[in-house]
Amino acid sequence: MHIVYPAVVSALLFSVGVYGVLARRNTILVLMSVELMLNAVNLNLVAFDVWLGDRLHSGQVLTLFIIVIAAAEVGLGLAIVLALYRNRRTVDIDHLRDLSEPPAEDGEPLRRTAEPAAVGLPAATSTPGAGNGPRTDTEATSTEAVGSDVGSHAADPNAGDPEAAGPNGAAEPATGPVKRGGTL
Amino acid sequence: MTEAVPSYLSPTGQEIVFLLLGAVAVGSALLVVTTRQLVHAALWLVVSFGALAGGYLVLTAEFVAWVQVLIYVGAVVVLMLFGIMLTRAPIGRSADLDSGNRWVAAAVAVATAAVLVTVVIDGFRMAYAPLTPGPGAAKEIGASVFSTWVLPFEALSVLLLAALIGAIVLSRTDIPGGTPPEQTGGS
Repeated sequence: MHIVYPAVVSALLFSVGVYGVLARRNTILVLMSVELMLNAVNLNLVAFDVWLGDRLHSGQVLTLFIIVIAAAEVGLGLAIVLALYRNRRTVDIDHLRDLSEPPAEDGEPLRRTAEPAAVGLPAATSTPGAGNGPRTDTEATSTEAVGSDVGSHAADPNAGDPEAAGPNGAAEPATGPVKRGGTL
Repeated sequence: MTEAVPSYLSPTGQEIVFLLLGAVAVGSALLVVTTRQLVHAALWLVVSFGALAGGYLVLTAEFVAWVQVLIYVGAVVVLMLFGIMLTRAPIGRSADLDSGNRWVAAAVAVATAAVLVTVVIDGFRMAYAPLTPGPGAAKEIGASVFSTWVLPFEALSVLLLAALIGAIVLSRTDIPGGTPPEQTGGS
């Protein structure tokens, strides 16, 4: 067998995998494309093992190792995707932009040199808040609820005026377990 | 490797079978990356891996072919289908599976294919390997794995264990440290 045939098939499979990694939005489809690229490497290893006639069978044994590592990679990758789906309710790569550069970053020094810094400051403070997503929002609300609960506790023995008792009574059913944990 | 190379114009039966299997593999791989339905992509992946296993058989790598069928077709694709099911992906036709940069991606892929195919054809035009059955059988590969390659084999088993534990830790929600902030405040 001419070695060119498996080598060309493997090169085509690899470029198909490159297209899939770059063009797909669903994370599971990206994982499938990575599997295609790994299979292209496997075909190359088997073909060159047959060509070189290695007595240690390096190519085929390394193919087996790559298959095992790919199985481990798919297991971990799917666990990460499921954790992502639990936290964000999406596996769409285009919507997961927390680690991306903020878009106002490169335009900001020009604006800062052209105008006073008071214009550039709100843009710099607004972009991380917009890019952080819903998780920090829930964190902020939960700490806010705990803070108001602590505040009502502190205000409770001090004065029994109806203005302090109003928000305390309103917040009591919502933060019941937190208060019980505090007394224990 | 320097002996006379047979002509490309009179392919043997093995080469014809391998080229047909390669065409099936590449064609179904193209369908994997272009189809509009997620479940169909996983099923086309089965076809592509099966055709590649046939290619391994033609290349006399029998043990690798059966491992490919067992692990890739049997386990990896089932894991992918579980992932599709657990992320509640749309079962039917969905229009937004491709991102906005698909034409850039197509250009990059075509450039990669052109460079790789050109270099490979230029470099291995004179390479020829007569296929003799036997060196890829399970007996030979097993003897090689458990004599020469036994240390990487054992290291790989530890890696699989670590990946298994990591996947369990990542996917369970009742382990402290991985819990969302509301539950840590409540307990």
